[in-house]
Amino acid sequence: MNESAGLSGPPGNDGPPGSAPGTAADEAADEAAEAAETVEAATAGFRAAWTAMLRTGHGAAVRPGVLNPLTARTADLLHRAAREHPFRPELAGQAGALLIDNQFTDPQLLADAVQLIQRQAVPDERGPALSGAFAAGWAAALRERTLREQEAIRLAADTARQEVEKALRVSEARFRALFESAAIGIGLGDTDGNILAVNRALGEIFGGGPEDMTGVRVNDLVHPDDTPGVWEAYEELISGKREYFQFDKPYYRRDGEVVWTHLTVSLIRDDDGAPLYQVAMLEDVTDRYRLQERLRHQATHDPLTGLPNRAAFFERLEKLFEEPEPDVRFGLCYVDLDGFKVVNDSLGHDMGDQLLTVVARRLENALSPLGHMVARLGGDEFVVLLENCRGEQEAVAAAKTVLAALTKPVVIGDHRLAVGASVGVLERRIATTTPGAAVRAADLTLYRAKEAGRGRWTLFDPKENARAVSRYAVSVRMPAALDRGEFFIDYQPMVDLASGAMTGVEALVRWRHPQLGVLGPEEFVGVAEETGLIMPLGRWVLEQACEQAADWVARFGDRAPKLSVNLAVRQARNAGLVGDVERTLRSTGLDPSMLQLEITESTVVGPEDEALKALHALVDMGVSLSVDDFGTGWSNLAYLRDLPVSNLKIAGSFVGDLHDPAKDTHLGWRIVSGLVSLAHTLGLSVTAEGVESRADAERLRLMGCDLAQGWHFGRPARPAEIARRIAEADLEAAPDPEFGYES
Amino acid sequence: MARPNWVPAGTDLDKPNAARVYDYYLGGSHNFEVDRQMARKAIELWPDLPKIMRANRAFLRRATQFAAEEGISRFLDIGSGIPTFGAVHEVAREYQPGARVVYIDMDPVAVAHSRLILADDPLSQVVDADLRNTDDLLARPEVEELLAPGEPVAVILNAVLHFVTDADDPAKILAKLREALPSGSILILSHASLEGRPDQAGSHQSLYRSTPTPLTMRSREQITAFFEGYDLVEPGVVYLPEWRPDDAESVGPHPERMTGMAGVGRLS
Repeated sequence: MNESAGLSGPPGNDGPPGSAPGTAADEAADEAAEAAETVEAATAGFRAAWTAMLRTGHGAAVRPGVLNPLTARTADLLHRAAREHPFRPELAGQAGALLIDNQFTDPQLLADAVQLIQRQAVPDERGPALSGAFAAGWAAALRERTLREQEAIRLAADTARQEVEKALRVSEARFRALFESAAIGIGLGDTDGNILAVNRALGEIFGGGPEDMTGVRVNDLVHPDDTPGVWEAYEELISGKREYFQFDKPYYRRDGEVVWTHLTVSLIRDDDGAPLYQVAMLEDVTDRYRLQERLRHQATHDPLTGLPNRAAFFERLEKLFEEPEPDVRFGLCYVDLDGFKVVNDSLGHDMGDQLLTVVARRLENALSPLGHMVARLGGDEFVVLLENCRGEQEAVAAAKTVLAALTKPVVIGDHRLAVGASVGVLERRIATTTPGAAVRAADLTLYRAKEAGRGRWTLFDPKENARAVSRYAVSVRMPAALDRGEFFIDYQPMVDLASGAMTGVEALVRWRHPQLGVLGPEEFVGVAEETGLIMPLGRWVLEQACEQAADWVARFGDRAPKLSVNLAVRQARNAGLVGDVERTLRSTGLDPSMLQLEITESTVVGPEDEALKALHALVDMGVSLSVDDFGTGWSNLAYLRDLPVSNLKIAGSFVGDLHDPAKDTHLGWRIVSGLVSLAHTLGLSVTAEGVESRADAERLRLMGCDLAQGWHFGRPARPAEIARRIAEADLEAAPDPEFGYES
Repeated sequence: MARPNWVPAGTDLDKPNAARVYDYYLGGSHNFEVDRQMARKAIELWPDLPKIMRANRAFLRRATQFAAEEGISRFLDIGSGIPTFGAVHEVAREYQPGARVVYIDMDPVAVAHSRLILADDPLSQVVDADLRNTDDLLARPEVEELLAPGEPVAVILNAVLHFVTDADDPAKILAKLREALPSGSILILSHASLEGRPDQAGSHQSLYRSTPTPLTMRSREQITAFFEGYDLVEPGVVYLPEWRPDDAESVGPHPERMTGMAGVGRLS
């Protein structure tokens, strides 16, 4: 090592040449002084060059406070290494290292420095060793510095990476927590529709855990109630044509229940903008949806029966008319229950409501499977809507289905209620009518069905419709008609078959309508019942007829006919009936025994019926009662026994049927005969209506039928005509020869 | 462009990084092969680059010294990179022994390295922030703390604004910084320029395009405009060696070859 060699430096072979012993002292002193001068100058020159070299290049960036001491110190070290004895090359090495410590790392600097060091005059040939030591010191320090810095930057990079990874972990944990614990359902899928990840909330929406959604594809999540457009929007999204979409969408849960969600799906693109992922966010809005549905249901459904209500029916009907295809047809069955009012009035609204509920269920069960809509329009009115109807047959078939559904009696508690209905059927091309006109026409057709006799359907007929429309004019005008005296009464003879004598008359109200001419009771009594006008009208008829009958009694004594007056159901059930009759009899002076009131089978529906009391009161008063149209309606024979009636009137249809070629005449007669013997068994007299021929009259007489009326015995006539007949019979005192039988 | 705070930046060691490339230019070894490859390529195309970098470093040293001599003891060095020698706190403390410095860089490696070096210096702080997200930068506790007393601060934007593209609106960034600074504060700014060597500028810019920090060289006029709101200190915006040289010689015969421009402004 250089240092030890230097330190051992007694003069030797490697010592400086000028120090050789044996030369003259003077010479030596001179040379030394000269040399010292030269060295002095050389040293100053080296320092200046050294300083200039360090100032340029990297040195420009080193602050003077560092650079100046560094320059002085390195120059000093080099000077000592060059001059001092013994030769300590390590000092030059230290100078090189100091430069490196201050980042004089440019190799060019080493070249420049070695050049400077070599150029200066140095003693004893130490120049190369000096340069070498400087270069070695510089290089060794550079190597150390480089390794140190590499280690430092590596450490910094590792630290940074760890921090970034830690931050990423924290960030990922944060996102994972956000994803996992979000109350909203979140799912990630690729653009092929594979579901890649879902959070817990999403799993719960589907009624399971997140793991249950693995392997599920988006396309598996179709629901039949999906809003139109949702899947189109989905296709647009995954193909990159749209960024997001929002819909309310139903899904099947794992348990098969339906969950309604508010769904937002957005697209995630890669750096190049190509679709990469889809993110779905689902909020369970089932409760909200159900509430909305319930509110909507309540607004469109009848609370009692659960059927669509009037509003819903019209909404559907009008929708049908919105954009009709040219040949599309539709059908309406307008249904009205027969005898519902009686149930409601006699057994109470609660029973009526239960009956309506059962009827609604039956209609729904019978018609919904056929694809028809059943709605309740109000009261006991229902309607069946047939969309895309194939023709009249289908509409009629629906009407028949309605009637068939109501054939079986309805059992409510102890009551077996025979409920029937009348149906107006309308079947048209949509293009030929309007919703309003169609419903009105169906309604009018229903009335025709009612008039034709209950429990039947009637098909819409344009001519009938026109006539029925005018009947609307009837109902509108009727209230005023009574005040204006447009009503009058005809009387139809009732003949004792045994004697052939006219023993009674039936009062039949007529309306002389200013536009429509004379209308029979069958044309307006129904309307009067509906509107409630039947009450004042019935009272008026009773008064008029009783007054008339009293007049006949006054004129003809015991030959005056007994008066028969029809009592509408509503009248019979009116609390004021007994009072009305009593007052009328008193005011007209008619003997109660001269008055017979005709009620229908549906007037009384049970043993507890309030109407029964009134009927008993009337009978107690001396008025007699007859059941009109017996055999066509509410033929509850058990109740019949309890009714205080004294007469049955066999409906005209029974006798009329005897001449119907389509019907078994023999059977018809046996029925009539049966009815007669039944009446007699109950101790009642029998009146046959609708008798139109002598032969029938004779046969009825032989059968034991007590009384008869019909065209054969005389049409309804003005009171004057009746009076004339009484007088004639009185004069002749013999059976009318036209009756054609011997007494 | 700006990433949200809660998304950590990556440490992409596969790409050259401006701070480490700069270190290599300055003769340091705080760099990786990928940085050196880029630097060697750049030097091959433009052999003056190491000199330019040294000139830039020398300007930073002189300007810091100027600020400290003006009595400023608070420094905000944005884009500080890898401060291996002649770091701002060392230079400043020669004149202001209690000088505080907040070093800011967006490169996680540079930040980690600075923290390792400065771990034992209570008056120096290192913040990982992006100049382009200026509001976030100013809201960092270390920065707020530095600015809070209302004492003048020297903001150093040394060779960093050329990494801010026009799309990132450098004027707006400077305006935000200016608004945050107390009066008497100083802006120290150097910037790669098209002036001087337009022939070299194009290829050099294209080289930086592959880095996370593409280079935008600007004209003297554009660089001067960054001092809007400041009073420019003599000699204004000049080539790097021309700004208050230690002596006339150190400017060198061709200051324009040191294509960077520099200036110092004071906020009145």
